[in-house]
Amino acid sequence: MSVPHALLALLSEGPKYGLRLQSEFEARTGDVWPLNVGQVYTTLQRLERDGLVESDDGEGERSRKRYRITSAGDRELADWLRTPPDLVPPPRDELVIKVLVALEVPGTDVHEILQVHRRHVIEVMQRYTQVKATADEDDFALALVADAELFRLEGIVRWLDAADARLRQLPPTTPAPLVDVPPEPTRTMEVSQ
Amino acid sequence: MTTALELRHVSKIYGSGPNEVHALSEVDLSVERGELVAVMGPSGSGKSTLLTIAGSLEEPTTGQVLVDGVDLAAVSRSDRAKMRRRSIGYVFQDFNLLPGLTAVENVTLPLELDGTRAKVAKASGIKALDALGVVKRAERYPDELSGGERQRVAIARAIIGDRGLLLADEPTGALDSLNGETVMRLLRAATRRGVAGVVVTHEAQLASWADRVIFLRDGRIVDQTVAPPGPESLLAAGDRR
Repeated sequence: MSVPHALLALLSEGPKYGLRLQSEFEARTGDVWPLNVGQVYTTLQRLERDGLVESDDGEGERSRKRYRITSAGDRELADWLRTPPDLVPPPRDELVIKVLVALEVPGTDVHEILQVHRRHVIEVMQRYTQVKATADEDDFALALVADAELFRLEGIVRWLDAADARLRQLPPTTPAPLVDVPPEPTRTMEVSQ
Repeated sequence: MTTALELRHVSKIYGSGPNEVHALSEVDLSVERGELVAVMGPSGSGKSTLLTIAGSLEEPTTGQVLVDGVDLAAVSRSDRAKMRRRSIGYVFQDFNLLPGLTAVENVTLPLELDGTRAKVAKASGIKALDALGVVKRAERYPDELSGGERQRVAIARAIIGDRGLLLADEPTGALDSLNGETVMRLLRAATRRGVAGVVVTHEAQLASWADRVIFLRDGRIVDQTVAPPGPESLLAAGDRR
């Protein structure tokens, strides 16, 4: 979540005080991303320094300042909304790593490992669904935030299902050797000698 | 809570000899009134077989099936049929509405087949359609309804009367995600009114509407979710960030 751009978006509706920006930010993100007031004022200071917002008074108590977006701030916001988030290279996914490692650990039932994670992810999904089920019907922000998490988590379950199915297609593996023996030279090595 | 459905050591074998297929093996499952249970598993894991046996559309090879405490094997074929009409509601992926009947006629059909007078049945049908938010479409035919509306009518048909058990096989499969969510909300609301619900689905997001998710693999229940902490725990996690 980019707090500076979220504040710019709120200011694009009209001038606002810092405390109001804090409460509106939390309300519109379904109270899922709490924001402390110190963070709001630090961010506003930076935005003002960069010429993206301006305040009524140059000096004075920060809570008495009202902020408004500048034309440069408008342009920055419009650019940010259209800039795709950084999706590549993929983040190092701990779950994928665990499954890849499980494949290499002798005596590990990888399907059981996949099921442990599948169950856990669905339990988390049940909690997000509960958020949606108990939210006010007109709380679109909360529904959108919960949906975003639910679709992301559903993607993980689908990956687990696909991994499960893919692994079932593998031929049975031969047991790994119990003693560590030095590897024999490969053909490549022989050629290079 | 009372147990609406109980499966005790239920197994189902199709074919014999080299062609023998174990669709279900030693399945134990209890579903209480007021509870919504989702069944997940890959294709061929036994999900649909579990549902058809729970709904007495098929008999298990071994084991017992009890609906509202009644052992289905201990009652006559006609009494089983009566139970299917009175105690069990079914919702299918493709709605299974009769095209020549209006929405309300589809909904009241199980009651009328069971001898309820048409006027009384229609009043119940209108009430059920109202609960599902489609009462204004009561006199429309299925082909005049959207997919979401058809499934609402199908759910109304499944909950009409005093049914204790609602069985749904991929009930959202033909719907987009928002209509699918609406169907799950309605199924959940029906269970909150005292019905026991069992939903087969391969979609995790829809299964997450259930109180409990059980996982089938090769005809066996291999795992199930535990009751999760409330949604406030997610917001508390946000506070720590």
